[in-house]
Amino acid sequence: MTKPIIQLQDVQKYFGDYHALRGINAEIDEGEFFSLLGPSGCGKTTLLRVIAGFEDVSTGRVLIDGKPMEGVAPNRRPTNMVFQSYAIFPHLSVARNVGFGLRRAGLTKDELGRRVGEALEMVGLSGYGARAAHALSGGQRQRVALARALILKPKVLLLDEPLSALDKKLREQMQVELIKLQRQVGITFILVTHDQEEALVMSDRIAVMFDGQIAQMDDPEVLYRRPKTRRVADFIGVMNFLPAEVLFEAGEKIEIEIAGLGRAEISSDQAPRGGGDGATSVGFRPETLTILYDGQQATDREARAKVEEVVYYGDMTYYDVRLEGTDKTVRLSMRNVFGREVLPIGAEARIAWSPGALVLFR
Amino acid sequence: MRGGWLKIYALAYLVFLYAPIALLPVFAFNDGTIIAFPLRGFTFQWFAELGRIEALHGAVLNSLMIAVTTAILATVLGICAARSAARYDYPGKRGVMGFIMLPLVLPEIIVAVSLLVVLLQLGLSLGAWTVILGHVLICTPFSIAILNSAFQNLDRSLEEAAVDLGETPWSTFRLITLPLVMPGIISSLLISFTISLDEFIIAFFLTGTEPTLPVYLWGQLRFPQQIPVVMALGTILVALSIILLTTAEYFRRRGVARAGGKDTGGFL
Repeated sequence: MTKPIIQLQDVQKYFGDYHALRGINAEIDEGEFFSLLGPSGCGKTTLLRVIAGFEDVSTGRVLIDGKPMEGVAPNRRPTNMVFQSYAIFPHLSVARNVGFGLRRAGLTKDELGRRVGEALEMVGLSGYGARAAHALSGGQRQRVALARALILKPKVLLLDEPLSALDKKLREQMQVELIKLQRQVGITFILVTHDQEEALVMSDRIAVMFDGQIAQMDDPEVLYRRPKTRRVADFIGVMNFLPAEVLFEAGEKIEIEIAGLGRAEISSDQAPRGGGDGATSVGFRPETLTILYDGQQATDREARAKVEEVVYYGDMTYYDVRLEGTDKTVRLSMRNVFGREVLPIGAEARIAWSPGALVLFR
Repeated sequence: MRGGWLKIYALAYLVFLYAPIALLPVFAFNDGTIIAFPLRGFTFQWFAELGRIEALHGAVLNSLMIAVTTAILATVLGICAARSAARYDYPGKRGVMGFIMLPLVLPEIIVAVSLLVVLLQLGLSLGAWTVILGHVLICTPFSIAILNSAFQNLDRSLEEAAVDLGETPWSTFRLITLPLVMPGIISSLLISFTISLDEFIIAFFLTGTEPTLPVYLWGQLRFPQQIPVVMALGTILVALSIILLTTAEYFRRRGVARAGGKDTGGFL
């Protein structure tokens, strides 16, 4: 049985005339790995700072563990933060950095040493206590920042783009470590990131934010498969869009005409409500299209296309193909299989697609 | 040949800068009252005489007291101003900062005369404290200029992290901010001390019955037989300044290295 550890009720934030948060409503559960995802300037970091207490709300309420946080300073909130710059105190040793938050706990020297040792072990930095903080690498700083925040056993750990300063390999490794760490300590993690892949990999639930509002809040799979608006769809992963027209709706069924693909019947749960920009279109992911090689048959629908661009990734190949008889180009991805040729530019291909993989935006 | 001329220019420049100072010790040890070549002989006589002039001792003590007080006051004010400039936004901030920095370029004689007029009009008597007042006025902009860069370079999230980990704003300032800007504070103290110690115009106008060292020295220049003694005193001051600045630079560099920063400032 989970209960909300953080409740955001119509949170509004103004910086002067700038309306940074425009009515945020959300509940974040205990023990959840929750991500705030959005482009820069969408208000995700502001929202994190509101939860931490570094920014006041203009109107609305923030409750942590059921208690209203109005007028509660950051040092009195059961939250701790890992900063984007890590904010490791450069004049203190690793051990004194990690133990900083326990200064007021009135522990004996032995007890303090034991707790710091435990925290360092948890992040894989045993024996680093005596090191000078400025002598650490980026990944090690990140771990010290984590240990320093977790040593206080907060109810919620706030992470502000914690991996953005690391190189790709280390970032992917730290993603996995963070997930493991979160499972181990069982604390609610709230991650701010602009990297949709990172959010998909790490989160139990993601809130996608645009312009100070939450556009969609769902688990990664739903977010990826059933984005509610075209903007969300465009932000998460790659999405093809084709103009479409609704012919008629009957109960659960919608009959549509798609440019380049023809008529198709979809179910009403493939047509999310709200957030439309007027134009009707269908979206589908590159991996829902498949190139049919000789002897293969489409299980559902088939279309003809011409390869215009080939992007080879080793394990995957992306093809940009133009649908026959149209000027519409769509991207599709194929897993590379040993012994099967990668098609050259200009090749004619049969494409398998399925109405069930479409999302209708209107 | 262009490089050749540049070398000659650079050399001439350095000679012009430092030759007069190099002459100080030469004549301080010269056994003769006239400042002219050829040298007459080696003596410690002038240094020994320094120890016998009571008025000089009073002036030195007075100057030291004024310089130390000025350095502390100017640096404390500088910390407050630099901190507010780095962290807060308020209406008229640029104007306020501009006016605080203005004494940096204001002619000292103007500052001195106007302060004198105001103090006399208020019926206040002149003394060491009026000199301190004037010196704080001209030293604070230097202090702010030095401390500004120290505060601007301080990552704001360091302070936020300390608050996030349970510290109050005041203990954060004490545990995080102060240690990290300490090299700037030491620089500010030293610069203010040095400026105050050798400042003449303001001290000349605002001093009471107890002259500061520069004012005393100026008075002594009327007596030709005192000039070698002044040279000896100058030699000691130059040696002291070099030792002082070297020590300050040593601590500053050690601070920078310990904080892991890049060495971008400093005087030496």
